[in-house]
Amino acid sequence: MTAPDQDERRRPSLFLERQSYRRRRLMDAARLLPLLGAAMIALPLLWPDESGGAGAVPMSAAIVYIFACWGILILISLLFGFAARRLSAREKDEPEAGKWQR
Amino acid sequence: MATLNVLILVCLGYVVLLFGVAFAADRLAAAGRGRWLRSPLIYTLSLSIYCTAWTFYGAVGNAARSGLEFVTIYLGPTLVMVGWWWGLRKLVRVGRSQRVTSIADLISSRYGKSNTLAICVTILAVVGGTPYIALQLQSITLSFSIFAEADPTGLYREGSSVFWVATGLALFAILFGTRNLDANERHHGVVTAIALEAVVKLVALLAVGIFVVWTIAGGIEQMMDRIDSSPIGQWNIDASRWTTFTFLSAAAFICLPRMFQVMVVENDDESHLRTAAWAFPLYLLLMSLFVVPIAVVGLDLMPAGANPDLFVLTVPLSQGNDWLAMLSFIGGFSSATSMVIVTAMALSTMVSNHVVMPIWLSAQEGSASVSGDVRTIVLMARRVSIAAIMALGYFYYRMSGGGAALASIGLVAFAGISQILPALVGGLFWRGATRTGALVGLSIGFGLWIYTLLLPGMGGGLIPVSVIENGPFGWGFLRPQALFGIEGIDPMVHSVMWSLSLNTIGFCVASLLSFPSPLERLQGAQFVNVFDHSVAPQGWTGSVAQSEDLMIMTQRILGTVPAQEFFQAEAERQNGRPGRLPEPTPGFLQRLERELSGSVGAATAHAMIGQIVGGSSVSVEDLLAVADESAQLLEYSSQLEEKSAELTRTARKLREANTKLTQVSAQKDDFLSQVSHELRTPMTSIRAFSEIMRDADDLSADDQIRYAAIIHDEALRLTRVLDDLLDLSVLESGQVSLNVGDGSLKSVLDRAVSSALAGGDGSLIVRRVRPSERIQLHTDLDRLGQVFINLISNAQKYCDALEPVLTISTHDVGGQVVIDFVDNGSGIPPEAQSMVFEKFARVGSDKAGGAGLGLAICREIMQRLGGDITYLPGQGGAGFRLSLPLAYRQAAQ
Repeated sequence: MTAPDQDERRRPSLFLERQSYRRRRLMDAARLLPLLGAAMIALPLLWPDESGGAGAVPMSAAIVYIFACWGILILISLLFGFAARRLSAREKDEPEAGKWQR
Repeated sequence: MATLNVLILVCLGYVVLLFGVAFAADRLAAAGRGRWLRSPLIYTLSLSIYCTAWTFYGAVGNAARSGLEFVTIYLGPTLVMVGWWWGLRKLVRVGRSQRVTSIADLISSRYGKSNTLAICVTILAVVGGTPYIALQLQSITLSFSIFAEADPTGLYREGSSVFWVATGLALFAILFGTRNLDANERHHGVVTAIALEAVVKLVALLAVGIFVVWTIAGGIEQMMDRIDSSPIGQWNIDASRWTTFTFLSAAAFICLPRMFQVMVVENDDESHLRTAAWAFPLYLLLMSLFVVPIAVVGLDLMPAGANPDLFVLTVPLSQGNDWLAMLSFIGGFSSATSMVIVTAMALSTMVSNHVVMPIWLSAQEGSASVSGDVRTIVLMARRVSIAAIMALGYFYYRMSGGGAALASIGLVAFAGISQILPALVGGLFWRGATRTGALVGLSIGFGLWIYTLLLPGMGGGLIPVSVIENGPFGWGFLRPQALFGIEGIDPMVHSVMWSLSLNTIGFCVASLLSFPSPLERLQGAQFVNVFDHSVAPQGWTGSVAQSEDLMIMTQRILGTVPAQEFFQAEAERQNGRPGRLPEPTPGFLQRLERELSGSVGAATAHAMIGQIVGGSSVSVEDLLAVADESAQLLEYSSQLEEKSAELTRTARKLREANTKLTQVSAQKDDFLSQVSHELRTPMTSIRAFSEIMRDADDLSADDQIRYAAIIHDEALRLTRVLDDLLDLSVLESGQVSLNVGDGSLKSVLDRAVSSALAGGDGSLIVRRVRPSERIQLHTDLDRLGQVFINLISNAQKYCDALEPVLTISTHDVGGQVVIDFVDNGSGIPPEAQSMVFEKFARVGSDKAGGAGLGLAICREIMQRLGGDITYLPGQGGAGFRLSLPLAYRQAAQ
């Protein structure tokens, strides 16, 4: 098992190890999150309102929607916070691993 | 029923409680026991100063007027916090690594530490903060008026109450914000007090909300039905306002001085952002959760003319729940006071650092040290600026008439402060952003904001009504609320759109067209690539002997005796020799800064040391010095390289010379042994035959004659060898004097051929190409003839053909006369060809009796004459080529 492993390390790989690959994707997710939030917040602008005649969205539904989106954003952000903390803690534990992934 | 007096007592009690909490927190922090004071929770709660009286009162009013529009003010910050990985993380990192003290400091620091820019941002922040302060005044005044209406004693007048509220808040802010000058300026006390206020206002609003939903409406479902059947029961949102306000609140959340203060300056651990990223949006959500229910119930219960901004107070009051109303009042009071405290702190830091201190320090240049005067100046600057800011707020309130909705006032402030956004974001993410760009953008945005929003918002007080309606000088396209003739846009959206877009365009264009100074470019690189550069805050890099200046400054602030004690201790720590000034090492400067910050605050201490030492980060001078040094190093190393190359060359030459010397020495040994051998052979036969003639008595006459002839021949040979040797040594030593004359090659050859053939057996036939020999020469003709004779006689002696023929041909090759002597013999064997020009080199046996010096002499002569003689292989026989420079011939013609 060790021999191919060392081989991998010797050759500068085009691809990252699984661990840091996850971390990069997590950062991508963190960057996409506000875009998702903005999209969710902008969505009600497409709803029909009073001027559109019949079928305006009732306020209670709007409240539920807005606060649900808000809650989802908070939840994802919370999960990301935990994930970021775990990953950064692991990174501190294995400083050597970080060097290989550069 | 709560009377005004009770209310005032409660307020005072609450303020005393806040002071107590702040004091206790400071004590705890000083004792090192307040770890929880630095927890992410406190950080998150301190961020809640975003929620001011606007949130507490205005959100409900806004909801009652425009439905869910109020929520945009909280969705914007939510997006910013949720996207902390993108923006806030960088902002906080930059703030920490550059030790910025305010948003003005950040902007000025990014654009080459320009104080002009800092002053601009400070003015913008103060002016932009004015409506916001007015908002707090208005909300507190309104809440007082509610209780006053219910108060039978009726000693309440609105005009004077605003004044007293403003004065009270100013006093409170001065006491609270400038109280903290003797602690290490991590504002633990203030931050903890703010966190407490955050809890109070959240609890108050939640309490009112729960009371409204479960006590008045009777549950969630009934509440929802009630909402749907209310006047705001349908989704009815202006799309442009919705997007504009979301964006605006996000921008203001970053740019507001007080938000910057708690978010960046007071941050002492970056990882707190991770918690705040979800906890602060959660706080905002909870603050907004019951806004619509309160608004709906208020619209339901209260009479038609009631001010919806005060539903949070009036609804519990109308239900007879005085204690809840009191709690609600305290919540609103908390919101206003926490905002005022932190805003005052942030703005007064900016004013004292960027306006007052630079002026004062330049005015005090070289004056005697008076202990404690800087401290007084800082305190005075802060107090005066707080009072001035409050006064501005008061005047704004008076100007605007106090009748506007709270939310609309807040939005005016937001739009003003958001003008910093292009410069801030551009500075963080675009290295090409320049100081000129930032100045241009800020000026355009600030001007447009004042013209299109602030002045019209203040009514006819500062801007004539005719200008608002018809534009200045009747130019319709410049009407403040319909720029370029575009009408029908909401005034708020109109102003934000024009000011921010023109601000951004101005910023970008001016940045593209201008050229940044070196310091700007350096700072730009450090800001934009902050994650590549620094992790920890940078230390001081004082290097020059500024200890005396530091000493004078410290005496002014701390007083003479404490300052001298501090410096003595530091000197002792450094080199064990008290009585001398300590070196300004980074460690010493850091301790000094901490010491000073105890008296004047971290920001001012930092600025003051920065002014003496010259900056904490790398200055351009440092960079230039570094560049200069490296250039010198480069030059030095190239010099070294050159020298080493020269040494290598010399060594090679020495080696070559050594080899040559060795060769010459070997040649000399060879030569000596050859010479002795050459001399000995004839001497031996001379001695032998002369002994025979001496000792033998019966020699016949014939024998006698034969022996004498041998002796004579050998002596001749000896003489010839000695002559040749002498000739050669003269030639080699260069002492020969050439007898240069003119003559044709043909005549020289004629003479040489006839004299060489004269002594021979006549068998050698010499062939010549006579026409080509008509060349005039300017050279030593006798020596040249000697060479010719030598070559011809060599052919005579050594050519082993049956009918020996010597061909002499002359050519003109590349500017040289070339004369070839080629015979038809077997030639010289290849292994001997390289040796023929050496002394005593003889090919084959000694059959012709030559000394082997002839060709060596020929070569020496030819080289003296500026030409050469070489062996010409591949001619079928022995071939020699003489070459003479044509210059001689041309010179002769």
